[in-house]
Amino acid sequence: MMSRLKVMPDNPPRRPQAEALKPPPETTAAPAKIETRDLSFFYGENQVLFDVSMTIRERAVTALIGPSGCGKSTFLRTINRMNDIIEGTRLTGHVSLEGIDIYAKQVDVVALRNRVGMVFQKSNPFPKSIFENVAYGPKIAGERKKKVLAEIVQRSLKRAALWEEVKDRLNDSALALSGGQQQRLCIARALATDPDVLLMDEPASALDPASTAKIEDLIFELKENYTIVIVTHNMQQASRISDQTAFFYEGRLIEMEPTTALFTKPREQRTEDYITGRFG
Amino acid sequence: MNKPKSVFESRLAARHRQGRLFGAVCMASTWFGIGVLVVLLAGVTWQAAGWLNWSFLTNFDSRHPEQAGILAGLWGSLWLILFTTLFSVPVGVGAALYLEEYESNGWLQRLIQVNLSNLAGVPSIVYGILGLTVFVRMFGVFGSQPKVVALSLGFTDLEIPLPFGRTVIAAALTLTLLILPVVIVAAQEALRAVPSSIRTASYALGATKWQTIRHQVLPAAAPGILTGVILAVSRAIGETAPLVMIGALTYVAFTPGDISSPTDIITNPAGLAEAPFDTFTALPIQIFNWVSRPKTEYQHVAAAGILVLLTVLLVLNGVAIALRHRYQKRIRW
Amino acid sequence: MKGDSHLLLRRFSLSRAKEQAIQFSLFLCALLSVVTTLGIIIVLVNEAVVAVGPNAAFFQEVSLKEFFTDTRWTPQFADKHFGVLPLLAGTFLIAGIAALIALPIGLASAIYLCEYAAPRTRDFVKPSLEILAGVPTVVYGYFALVFVTPYLLKPIFQDLLGFDVGVFNAASAGIVVGVMILPMVSSLSEDALRAVPRGLREAGYALGSTKFDVSVKIVLPAAASGIMASFLLAISRAVGETMAVSIAAGMTPALTMNPFRSVQTMTSYIVNVSLGDTPAGSVQYQSLYAIALTLFCITLAMNILSQVVLSRYREVYE
Ligand SMILES: Nc1ncnc2c1ncn2[C@@H]1O[C@H](COP(=O)(O)OP(=O)(O)OP(=O)(O)O)[C@@H](O)[C@H]1O
Ligand SMILES: [Mg+2]
Repeated sequence: MMSRLKVMPDNPPRRPQAEALKPPPETTAAPAKIETRDLSFFYGENQVLFDVSMTIRERAVTALIGPSGCGKSTFLRTINRMNDIIEGTRLTGHVSLEGIDIYAKQVDVVALRNRVGMVFQKSNPFPKSIFENVAYGPKIAGERKKKVLAEIVQRSLKRAALWEEVKDRLNDSALALSGGQQQRLCIARALATDPDVLLMDEPASALDPASTAKIEDLIFELKENYTIVIVTHNMQQASRISDQTAFFYEGRLIEMEPTTALFTKPREQRTEDYITGRFG
Repeated sequence: MNKPKSVFESRLAARHRQGRLFGAVCMASTWFGIGVLVVLLAGVTWQAAGWLNWSFLTNFDSRHPEQAGILAGLWGSLWLILFTTLFSVPVGVGAALYLEEYESNGWLQRLIQVNLSNLAGVPSIVYGILGLTVFVRMFGVFGSQPKVVALSLGFTDLEIPLPFGRTVIAAALTLTLLILPVVIVAAQEALRAVPSSIRTASYALGATKWQTIRHQVLPAAAPGILTGVILAVSRAIGETAPLVMIGALTYVAFTPGDISSPTDIITNPAGLAEAPFDTFTALPIQIFNWVSRPKTEYQHVAAAGILVLLTVLLVLNGVAIALRHRYQKRIRW
Repeated sequence: MKGDSHLLLRRFSLSRAKEQAIQFSLFLCALLSVVTTLGIIIVLVNEAVVAVGPNAAFFQEVSLKEFFTDTRWTPQFADKHFGVLPLLAGTFLIAGIAALIALPIGLASAIYLCEYAAPRTRDFVKPSLEILAGVPTVVYGYFALVFVTPYLLKPIFQDLLGFDVGVFNAASAGIVVGVMILPMVSSLSEDALRAVPRGLREAGYALGSTKFDVSVKIVLPAAASGIMASFLLAISRAVGETMAVSIAAGMTPALTMNPFRSVQTMTSYIVNVSLGDTPAGSVQYQSLYAIALTLFCITLAMNILSQVVLSRYREVYE
């Protein structure tokens, strides 16, 4: 099952060995992790998602692209019910995680979000120490043992490729880190609760190329264990890191294909216009 | 499943219980204040029942609780409201104009701003001491016997005692200093809410700064300023400590200038000139005095007085809220 | 031609003079607030520390050492003692009781209003709390004397627990002062909580926090300095509160921590002197200024401290 997913759809120049290994992928064969059916979403009277039906595969990277304001963030936030905390919003249709309707009455939102982690567009570290930031999730979950917490913090920071840079100053304020480091800290913090799904909303939008490259490497490694949904404005980035790409336009899902297919021969005219930069 | 996950599952129900308990405690705390307010109002009303009647409003204080009334305090407070408003509005608005329209970012403005927030935190009794020394006694420079300066107004003479002594005017000036920081801050906020396009448009037509302020900015900010002034004045009405300090009388059987009904203003116009320089009492002073008396009947008299005071405050606040409401509507249009 | 331009020039400079006169008088208005502060300081210092007028200043008659170390305050007795400690003790006993009530309840209600309450609840609660804040303090004094002591303190602490609750006592005054400063704590703390960026809350929820976790473990620590500032302001208000305390706590200077006894605070001493017939100029009368100066310094220090704490807090999120 894993082998099917370890494939790159595109050829990132930094990873020549990845493309040599496998023929073009058949990602559609991977089991579905998240499914939405006829998902519509409203901010008050204002409808911003229209009947979105999408299948997101397990242990793969799914990229969401589309012009600004088309509803990518809103869609992403329906998957961990983050929109619940905004007053006056309404949702119709279904979202399921491993076949369970996450908007059903008996679903515990806290448990859901524990399994579906999220990294935000604007890095938002807590005004606490680096250690406390990463340990926050396990701590509120009930983990009290210092040793276990320290292990989790170290493991998460290593996976987020931040450990080497901060291991000597874990007790310093997280706000003293650089923008790129803060963003990786937020990723480490999300990993520390050990989710199965990771939602990333333009995680690299505010970063320099070096930090971006680090985060892309990281995503590439993470998909061995996680299902990743990532919003990006950067076509190259989408084609470098994702297995599947979904194109949104004005609140509708226009098309969703394996990434190579979408970027080489889009079915829809609007997709082609967008990826070739004719609008958006 | 690794370890933290199982910890998560075993703790989840307890966390939800903790959360619900915490939410309930917070909600109860919020309603606590409102509950106290309800109990207070109900308690006062209950104590005042049967004591608050027409004769209570039209009688002077008395040694017999049944005959005690609040007429002197009512008129005293009315005069205080009048003069405090008269003094604090021009000065407060003037200061706000200077800070907002003229000197918006200098060191002086910052100094004054910091000073304002510190003044707002000075206990009201300290203002009372200031008023006592500066207005009532005028540092004792006039000696023990007050001098009287007379100004002719045509129909009567305006006799100004120096120092002011324990008069309406001294009290109003003290209360003015007390509420001035509040008035200035409120007026500043109202001025800041006026869009700068109004000013630019006026300058473009060749208006001077003062013309712009007078004909464009002030009218636009007026409702906001008025709301702030009313709220500040209604705070002054309830202030007791500074009045006690400057020596408002506690047992009084007259009204300032002997004006004790609206018709007196016509029949006794000379009283209008006397009133500011007359000694006085005020609503909260009478209440304080009644509360301090040992006879338990006076508790009921005090309760009746409190109801009158709260009614006056409620009316003032109602006007302020109505103004704010209209003002907000206008901005939306 | 020449005459015309001359006229123009003259009118121009006239209107300029008018503009400047206006600006100057507005400046005077603004200056008045500074003059007020100076006036307070001069009046208090003059009568308390250095006497310019005919009377000796308080601290020329009573040493600082006696003022701050003597444990008796008996200006009206033949054996006069001017030790401020009993008044300070009374003041802080009442302010402490008030804080015990107002700080936790005010903070909890701030959390409720900011994190939990629906907008409609907020629209009802906030004006109600404003009304509570607008009730004159003399009314609170009445409430303490006529309701809190006989219907709350006596039944519980005297009849049930066997304490001796006086008609005038610190507890009833502390309770009503607590209620009085409650709206202030609630609204200033709520402002501090609201200033915490939304992103921090979202991050918290996204990590699987309950509302309790977000409120207590993320928002509260992030708003800590704003909340501290609101606490300081509220306590300073309690220290300066006068009428409720004068009415409910009585007029007995006492170095005690017993909340059911009558105590005297700095403010109620000032009221006491001004109600009596103490001759102006006597040491006893001048003591009023010394007490007022002490009170002014304490509240000013607390206000400045709260501003310092607050400005620190602003730096974090700018
Ligand atoms: N909290 C909100 N309240 C009301 N409307 C909102 C809110 N958040 C987003 N919207 C609206 O919903 C629509 C979709 O917004 P969304 O943030 O999902 O777009 P996006 O595709 O993520 O855009 P971007 O690429 O700029 O981040 C927009 O029209 C936006 O104005
Ligand atoms: Mg977005």
